[in-house]
Amino acid sequence: MKWFWYASPQTFYPLAGRMAPWFAAAAALLCIAGLYVGLVVAPSDAQQGEVYRVIYIHVPAAWMSMFIYVVMAGWAAFGLAFNTRLSGMMASALAPTGALFAAIALWTGSLWGRPTWGTYWVWDARLTSELILLFLYLGFIALQAAIDDPRRADRAGALLAIVGAVNIPIIHYSVVWWNTLHQGASVSVTRAPTMAAQMLTGLLLMAFAFWMYAIAVTLVRVRCIIREREG
Amino acid sequence: MSGDYLFYLWGSYGVTFLLLFLEIFFLLKRKREAKT
Repeated sequence: MKWFWYASPQTFYPLAGRMAPWFAAAAALLCIAGLYVGLVVAPSDAQQGEVYRVIYIHVPAAWMSMFIYVVMAGWAAFGLAFNTRLSGMMASALAPTGALFAAIALWTGSLWGRPTWGTYWVWDARLTSELILLFLYLGFIALQAAIDDPRRADRAGALLAIVGAVNIPIIHYSVVWWNTLHQGASVSVTRAPTMAAQMLTGLLLMAFAFWMYAIAVTLVRVRCIIREREG
Repeated sequence: MSGDYLFYLWGSYGVTFLLLFLEIFFLLKRKREAKT
């Protein structure tokens, strides 16, 4: 693959157009499979009953909100270091979807918290740091929108994105570092799963569905940005 | 699926898919505008 060839917005534009429908189709298929496994196949939770099924939305959305921020900050840092036009465009294209997943994680977490914790919201370290992540996304979008020159907007946004990246390990380790109402990690790569296989399958299918969705909409959005900036 | 938790469960799924739908709707609108 000619990586440097596709680093140019003009050459990346048609490639993004060819890739987006495939990622969108993958997202739709994975979402159908994930919803079927999560809502039909997976058993009820012994303690929480049916309401636990919120995790099939909540956990993948929370993962994606953090993952997209890391990718966005990576693109932003790359653009700042090498002054590449596409990097700033990719960071700008990722931010709205990252903000959307952060908002979904907060909303679904709140609706899950009410019946299980007895409250929609607490100023717990995990919840508060996720809320700060949403504000970082919104701040990044607002900062870029406030600056007319796109290249200057990219540089200013990049600084905010890089500084804000410190919040990602704080979100991840908040349930370890502090005594939080929020439970610990649902899935870990270092230990065996503690949930039923069908539950884990549904969770991973929805996570991959959201991942494919994020790639598809980002590719479409970056094509819009390329057209808007470079005609 | 029934019980006292319908509001919380479907409130989560409904709002999530509504937001995803809205993102796609506004993105396609932006795509049309960018082409003109």
